[in-house]
Amino acid sequence: MNFEFSDEQQQLHDSVDRYLTERYNFDKFRAINASQSGWDKAAWAGLAELGVLAINVPVAQGGLGFGPLETLAMMGPCGRSLLLEPLLSSAVIATACLRAFADDAQAAALLTRMAEGTAIAVLAHFEPESRFEIPWVTTSAERTEAGYRLDGHKAVVMHAAAADTLLISARTAGDASAASGVTLFRVPRSAPGLTLDSYPTIDGQRAADVYLKGVEVPAGSKLGTEAAALPAIEAALDIGLAALCAEAVGVMQALVDATVMYVQTRQQFGVAIGRFQALQHRIADMLIHLEQARSMSYLAALRCTDANVTERHRALSAAKAVIGQACRFVGQQAVQLHGGMGMTDELVVSHWFKRLTAAEMMFGDSDAHLQRYAALTR
Amino acid sequence: MRLEFTEEEQLFREEVRAFLREKLPSDIREKVLNGFELSRADHVMWQRRLHDRGWGGLSWPKEFGGPGWNSVQLYIFEEESALAGAPRLIPFGTKMVAPVIMAFGNAAQQQRFLPKISSGEEWWCQGYSEPGAGSDLASLKTRAVLDGDHYVVNGQKTWNTLGQYADWIFCLVRTDSQAKPQSGISFLLIDMKSPGITVRPITLLDGGHEVNEIWFEDVRVPIQNRIGDENKGWTYAKFLLGHERTNIAGVGGSKRELARLKRIAAQERKNGRPLIEDPLFAAHIAQVEIDLWALEITNLRVLSAEHGSRAPGPEASILKIRGTEIGQRISELMMRAVGPYALPFRREAMAAGWQADPSHEPPGPRYAATLAAAYMNLRKLSIFGGTNEIQKNIISKMIVGL
Repeated sequence: MNFEFSDEQQQLHDSVDRYLTERYNFDKFRAINASQSGWDKAAWAGLAELGVLAINVPVAQGGLGFGPLETLAMMGPCGRSLLLEPLLSSAVIATACLRAFADDAQAAALLTRMAEGTAIAVLAHFEPESRFEIPWVTTSAERTEAGYRLDGHKAVVMHAAAADTLLISARTAGDASAASGVTLFRVPRSAPGLTLDSYPTIDGQRAADVYLKGVEVPAGSKLGTEAAALPAIEAALDIGLAALCAEAVGVMQALVDATVMYVQTRQQFGVAIGRFQALQHRIADMLIHLEQARSMSYLAALRCTDANVTERHRALSAAKAVIGQACRFVGQQAVQLHGGMGMTDELVVSHWFKRLTAAEMMFGDSDAHLQRYAALTR
Repeated sequence: MRLEFTEEEQLFREEVRAFLREKLPSDIREKVLNGFELSRADHVMWQRRLHDRGWGGLSWPKEFGGPGWNSVQLYIFEEESALAGAPRLIPFGTKMVAPVIMAFGNAAQQQRFLPKISSGEEWWCQGYSEPGAGSDLASLKTRAVLDGDHYVVNGQKTWNTLGQYADWIFCLVRTDSQAKPQSGISFLLIDMKSPGITVRPITLLDGGHEVNEIWFEDVRVPIQNRIGDENKGWTYAKFLLGHERTNIAGVGGSKRELARLKRIAAQERKNGRPLIEDPLFAAHIAQVEIDLWALEITNLRVLSAEHGSRAPGPEASILKIRGTEIGQRISELMMRAVGPYALPFRREAMAAGWQADPSHEPPGPRYAATLAAAYMNLRKLSIFGGTNEIQKNIISKMIVGL
């Protein structure tokens, strides 16, 4: 076994880390967060220049053809810097999804533009009633003469407003929870009948509920075989889950570091509060959670593309349950140990806390993954 | 980055498995797998079989007759041994005093003591804790006064695990009461047959006799049984405690006990269905299994970072805390799994012999008889080897820097 990054992975990590440290500090985050769109085109162009948007794009489409370990390497610094741009949504999840359909010329062209940073796509899959169940799709796709007509409602689609293209899952057959019958469509965000209800999320990211009312799409916008898209969606979400785990570990590391520094500086009763054993033990507990989470982020990255779906899902659910619980513990305790200052908007601590809170809720919270793990393991 | 062991390490694992298949007696295996008590003879016979294979010293270097395993090999051996139901090696000789004798003992001491530790001919116990010196070990009071070529030892040690079986005890004693607590301690090897030694059993909450008090009354110890320099014992003691922390996570043992928990939960019924299908109980099992998985990877990370060096760093404190918490949770779940049949308590049912006798019909299922006792006994995990609170002190001081 070996838990080191390769030289190439380490370089990637270091270059993203350096870029964000220099160009994406907390003030920058605040300014972008306060803007209307909630993301920054110049920062996106900078990420494109670094190559991180091309990491998951195949070489044939002009990308770097890397995978989960390179994604792991870059996500930590992104978490630490509270990156608001649609890196996870577009450059990881939608990219991984489109990769499965790269023999489709238009999907391939889209991937090329995504690698360059000139196009953004996001996966619009989950629905108000699906909670975290991936097969649950009620959005319908009816065949028409020219193609399909889509009707439905997609819930909390991350970065939908930033995207030019939405990858929308819809049922062409089967009941709401059937594993087959789901088809994926490439739909321009500007398509008539498609409306967004956009909002910021608790952590300052942007998302939207997407409403589809009689959205007409040509037959050529269908990705892959009709009714058989679920495995590709699932595979993409699994890769995204591993990336989210890595991002969360980056946030937790930053919070532990900041909390250690704070208790060494803050004086009460004439001493640094870090001298008090109650706080020392709390920090030890935070560190233990962080290290268990880091171990599981490695497991997630190493197993998220496993061809054996059951084993893949067992590992990912184990990872997300451990990491989700760590997100809650480390986030809550960091605020607690910062006292009143942890409650303020002024300190980055509260923003990391909010990002961890969101991470725990995304792609299945700890309970959902604990249950799935139990069901797969029995 | 990869989780898999190297091909060489896999081959070593196969070698260990083959040895265990061939040499581990089935009656001992059954005792371990079912949580029954092991006798002194069981332990000695297993140590002897390891010795005959050249593995008596486990990770001892070759110059001292050990196989020279690195920390990964030792991990593999411990994991496979635990999964197969081999007795956990009594650590006081092989893992605790032996490394001290190798590092700080003289050639005569090495020749005198090491071979009989490896062969199991001499059983060692530990003389560290005292009634007034637990976590604050350096405050120990047992005195040794030089009288010619002998030390005269007076005082009391406690929590001596399996001291009733021991031939030798290694002791921390105070040789300078004027110096700072840490600077006046020496490290002595004492023959348990010496006149003036009294071993008194301490009955634990599970009714078992696992630990003892040991009293020293004018016990004469030859000066050549002192390790290293007088008053330098604290250095050797800390070195020893570092070695105590190898395999501290106990991943293999917890895997074995988790499998047993699942077997029990599959046999127990709730509303006519297997308990393991009850959503709440299944979630408890899943949680501990997931936490164990995370611990295993963390343990491998620590091993991988050690690059073969022996004494684990402060990261071992993380492994100790999580490993013991998980071990305790599994035993608690096993007890809870059998519901009301956790309550009947017959001390004699802890022995494999009683269970094997068909005329003995325990109330409830046979596997239930030991579970509550084991749960109670394993409260020790978070207390011994440095309480989990002391481990958190170590983490905050050594890793965090507070």
